[in-house]
Amino acid sequence: MKRFNFIFVPLLAGVLALLIGAVILLALGANPLDAYAAMLNGAFGSPNAIADTLVKATPLLFVGIGMCIAFRGDMINIGGEGQFVIGALSATAVALTFPNFPSLFLIPLALVFGFIGGGFWGGIAGVLKARWRVNEVLSTVMLNAIAVQIMNYLLQGPMLDPTELDKSIRVPQTERLSLAADLPRWIPTRLHLGFAIAVGIAILVYVLLWRTTIGYRIRAVGLNALASRYAGINVSRYQILAITLSGALAGLGGAVEVLGVNHRLFTDGSATGFTGSAGFNGIVAALFGGLHPLGTIPASVLFGALLVGANQLQRTVQVPSAFVTTLDGLVVIFVVASQIWSKRQTARRARAQVAPEESLSVIKVKTDALP
Amino acid sequence: MITDLLAPAVLIGICASGIRFATSYLYAALGETFGQVSGLLNLGVEGIMLVAAFAAYYVALTNGNLALALTLAFIVGAAMGLAMAFISVTLKANQGISGIGLYLFGLGLSDLLFRVTVGTPRSVNGFPSVDIPILSNLPVLGEIFFQQNVLVYGAFACVPLTWFILNKTTLGLKIRAVGQTPEAADSLGISVARVRYFAETLGGALAGVAGASLSIGLLNVFQSNLTSGQGFIAVALVYFGAWKPGRVMLGALLFSMVNALQLWIQTLGIPFPSELAGMLPYLLTIVALIFAARQIVAQPTALTKPFERGE
Repeated sequence: MKRFNFIFVPLLAGVLALLIGAVILLALGANPLDAYAAMLNGAFGSPNAIADTLVKATPLLFVGIGMCIAFRGDMINIGGEGQFVIGALSATAVALTFPNFPSLFLIPLALVFGFIGGGFWGGIAGVLKARWRVNEVLSTVMLNAIAVQIMNYLLQGPMLDPTELDKSIRVPQTERLSLAADLPRWIPTRLHLGFAIAVGIAILVYVLLWRTTIGYRIRAVGLNALASRYAGINVSRYQILAITLSGALAGLGGAVEVLGVNHRLFTDGSATGFTGSAGFNGIVAALFGGLHPLGTIPASVLFGALLVGANQLQRTVQVPSAFVTTLDGLVVIFVVASQIWSKRQTARRARAQVAPEESLSVIKVKTDALP
Repeated sequence: MITDLLAPAVLIGICASGIRFATSYLYAALGETFGQVSGLLNLGVEGIMLVAAFAAYYVALTNGNLALALTLAFIVGAAMGLAMAFISVTLKANQGISGIGLYLFGLGLSDLLFRVTVGTPRSVNGFPSVDIPILSNLPVLGEIFFQQNVLVYGAFACVPLTWFILNKTTLGLKIRAVGQTPEAADSLGISVARVRYFAETLGGALAGVAGASLSIGLLNVFQSNLTSGQGFIAVALVYFGAWKPGRVMLGALLFSMVNALQLWIQTLGIPFPSELAGMLPYLLTIVALIFAARQIVAQPTALTKPFERGE
């Protein structure tokens, strides 16, 4: 029954979100069936479409796996956006510095720096919480905004493409990275190695969380910090570790996005111009996947499909792609809100186990009271 | 030149903009104070502000009736606050995460509606500034405080009003009771759920007004992600203000003054990277939160904890 709930609850939440989405579509004068059909076709209609879906799913998966670690450790990391940006910046800086390195060195080096950069950015929020009890939800939101400003600053000046310097209107982007930094690609589609790396890491993180002491402690701290402290676990240390790892994976996602898709870093000045909201959508995917790294894999593909489908939606039914953000929000609300039913069931089961003993003691008291 | 900032006219301008900018933070943060004092964290303020800002903007654009526009923003905000209360109180969902859900929903919906109904940003006639007789003629102070629009005056009037309601009325006592010791309040016959529903709905309505104060008061335009993080900053201000309306106002003012300063730096063409200046408000929030955390004792004990009635 528990296993069943694990899959059933997110699916029900998804269906509810789609139903409310249908109402919104109707209100906008679009036929919901046509709209959803267009999205489905756009996301899975051809090998190229499927490849695009997986490409869009990749950053969500990286961020989402990280969120599984953070949320399991009760660190509500809303900073995926910022960590993604800092990771992308670090990887880009490495690739720009060593353009002549061969792929075999350059790609791993850039990815490692993306990992470290994102981890650093996540770690700040962890230290702020552990040392000064600053609510991590708020600090990560602020760190997101700061990261975007750092990126905008660097792309207007220090890291600007030299060929843009002479132009009157400069496009804020770096030059194209050396070809050696390109992730291997499954030609002729846009699918790159990133998705496979992400799946591998999902398995690693599953092992980390459920098969190692570190993972056990992260989860213990998340379930009950006070009890963990009594058990001798250094709670702050594991909280910092959880959000640092989470940030590191988001940073790795940013690095992969640069090396696999764009081959340069660019900004349109807005908060989500480069990230495409991957930092938020990754949270959605992780929640939908039951905060389980392996569950996050199909969940990311689903939300990647929504993103690709949104483009088709815009083309064929003329519904702006912002519709998908609305849908994401609804999914988050429904998934979180529906957890009350699984909780109730656990409580009922617990009561059912306690009940027999209780009734026994009542009988005992009654017999004691007899003269 | 950096010394340009010290010219009297510029200083007055910075202060006047600071007061104006504080408006949206004030409405949103005071609304959030009601919710948090009752024990509910509403992280979806940003989403509420966006949808309400669009609603008010749309009415102002198509109909021109500003009172109607403001009322609609109030109602939209209250409805979203009510929905958040249902999720937090009745369904007992994690308030941090469901707030992010409400934010994404509002971000998407406001953008969607804007693109479908309006398309390109067109400015509207928002609330005009109203000179307060006599006071507006005062040197320096007149220009800073008394030549603003109605929504600005309203925001500052809400500060003592919020304090009064929370500290001097039975309603306020109930709100504080269900946020501090819901068990005790419950045993005295106060409906924890009903009081929390009320506080969160009121908070949502004020967040709605905050959104309107941007789209038909300060900026008089709508675009995607108009609020750009103000709702989140408002939540941070409540922590910074230690749940006291007066201190929340000080935080909002500090914040909006820095914001005004960085905009003037850009306007005056002072050679300082605008991105780094734009970072200042957020850095300041983090620093403010570090200092605020010292008085964490003041936090409503039941904040973010759903109330389970013992059997």
